[in-house]
Amino acid sequence: MNLYEYMGKDIFRRYGIPVPDSYVVEKESDLRKFERPSVVKSQILLGGRGKSGGIKFAKNQKELEDGVHELLGSKIRGLSVTKVLIEDMLNIKHEYYVSISLNRSERSPFIIASSSGGVEIESVPKEKIFTRKIDPLLGYSDYVGREAVKFMGLDSKLGPQFKAILSKLFTVFNEEDCELVEINPLVETADGKLIAADAKVIMDSDSMFRHKDINVIDPEKTPLELEAQSKGYAFVELDGDIGVIANGAGLTMATMDALTLHKGKPRNFLDLGGTDSVDIVVEAFELVLKANPKSILVNIFGGVTKADTVANGIVAAKEKFNIMKPIVVRLSGVHEDEAREILKRNGIEPFSMMMPAIEQVVKRTGEIE
Amino acid sequence: MSVLVNKDTRVIVQGITGHQGAFHAGEMLKFGTKLVGGTSPGKGGTMFQNNVPVFDSVSDAMSQHPDATMVSVAAPFVKDAAFEAIDQGIKIVYILTEHVPFHDTMEIVHEASHRGITVLGPNGPGITVPGQCKIGIMPNQIFRSGDVAVASRSGTLTYEIVYSITHAGFGESVVIGLGGDPVVGLTFVDVLKMFEKDEATKKIVLVGEIGGNNEERAAEYIKAHVSKKVVAYITGRSAPPGKRMGHAGAIIEKGVGTAESKIKAFESAGVPVAEYPVNVPDLLK
Repeated sequence: MNLYEYMGKDIFRRYGIPVPDSYVVEKESDLRKFERPSVVKSQILLGGRGKSGGIKFAKNQKELEDGVHELLGSKIRGLSVTKVLIEDMLNIKHEYYVSISLNRSERSPFIIASSSGGVEIESVPKEKIFTRKIDPLLGYSDYVGREAVKFMGLDSKLGPQFKAILSKLFTVFNEEDCELVEINPLVETADGKLIAADAKVIMDSDSMFRHKDINVIDPEKTPLELEAQSKGYAFVELDGDIGVIANGAGLTMATMDALTLHKGKPRNFLDLGGTDSVDIVVEAFELVLKANPKSILVNIFGGVTKADTVANGIVAAKEKFNIMKPIVVRLSGVHEDEAREILKRNGIEPFSMMMPAIEQVVKRTGEIE
Repeated sequence: MSVLVNKDTRVIVQGITGHQGAFHAGEMLKFGTKLVGGTSPGKGGTMFQNNVPVFDSVSDAMSQHPDATMVSVAAPFVKDAAFEAIDQGIKIVYILTEHVPFHDTMEIVHEASHRGITVLGPNGPGITVPGQCKIGIMPNQIFRSGDVAVASRSGTLTYEIVYSITHAGFGESVVIGLGGDPVVGLTFVDVLKMFEKDEATKKIVLVGEIGGNNEERAAEYIKAHVSKKVVAYITGRSAPPGKRMGHAGAIIEKGVGTAESKIKAFESAGVPVAEYPVNVPDLLK
């Protein structure tokens, strides 16, 4: 779960990581009187906001008002700006980079730091980047900070500040169950202070039972994906015309891949999961029908999910929603014989293997105009 | 010889009285697994299916001398349950549960590795050696004893592929589900080392998916160290970048973890990659 900058900075503030003074504006009447040069930053979950015109600088009252007026309610690369952050403008002497993220191969937190900040870390030459794996059981210790400070060539004024920030950032990463905490840029001001000018925080969505106060609606999810999520389905909308219902993430992906290789176009990814309930199948059909596909392909390998339960669900959904579109079904695994009987009685000829079902649904979808 | 488990492996289920735990414990008994006990705090002293003793804690269950445990408890309690098993020194800890925070998993896998304990999962289907032992949730009827070892990051897709292997007249020496999370106990490289040493295994099937670089690392390892025939299948060719495809680990991030890069890595290591799950047996011929 990707947090907005202002939420990330609230967390930083709570853990003692220095951030500029700021406040959030949701409507123009929230705007306070101009006091000092400010930055007006649109709160959207996208990198490269500056380049897309999402950040304005205000050196007086008029520029502040204009910036807020222009950004609030606007759309940047398709995303609506409902909040802007008004923040003190920093007098920047130099920009650094620091982050902690999950390294999947090492199965450990990974520190990345560099004296070259303010740009994408991928564009910084490797020899200028400090990297360090942290053993999750040992955790962070001060020697790591000393190594980083030496590598980055920080002086006795900046070194202690950097070490304190790194240590606190690691605490945030751990205690807030983060996948990524990134400060880019970490600004050195003209008067020699290190301040987090940005905050990128991604939390592990599986840890939300420990963080009930956090609630972000993912702006990259479609309304139908959000509805599916609230009902407990793993669902992704795609731009094709064949609705897909399968069980298990891997098999669902493999079904989409096979369709694509056969020139069929999946309309969605929907994983029924390891369920054994007719209602869950009926609800899955309801979601897929809302995506308005030309046809529907069901591919089930019964295990935890029993094939006959799915068959009953298909029959119930067909009746409830009066589905006239082609439904092509493949069923194997636990209780497959009972399942085939149920479908046959209700006028659906099920396949026992996956590929003939794929071919059939692509053919029948192609016939629909 | 077999990989990790055999007919003598003594298994317990943590959470044996839960809905999932009870169902799969029953299926494991039908498979022939030596299920010697289960735990459920507060239910110690009762019996599961009249012949499997239930204990309050893993410490109590140690009277049964278990070698392996299946952890089937809700995600918020997985770390505690896994630590309980690790603390007692149980050699194989398989975690069935999905949606375990990866910070918890990191601690579990690091502590286990310091103590020489193998972690399977989380969010995987477990391990099966046909005719000997099943720990996990794979459907019993798809297996046949043979010489093909299968390792996979996905549950149902494993069943699909194992079914097609069995259907084509082959059989399996072992089937291992690694798990669909970004952090899991075993990598493809870990299991390749075991498969290479296992006398019962002659051929190897790796079932990968988008996300991370587990498959790319496996390809490098195969080039240098694996003498047995390896074939692969990769799912997620049609997945759009940035979207999580059901599994927490199945996501293409900043161009890393695409199906193309995994297929390319395998092919450059001389590992043929099947276009469809059903083509895997053709490549084994």
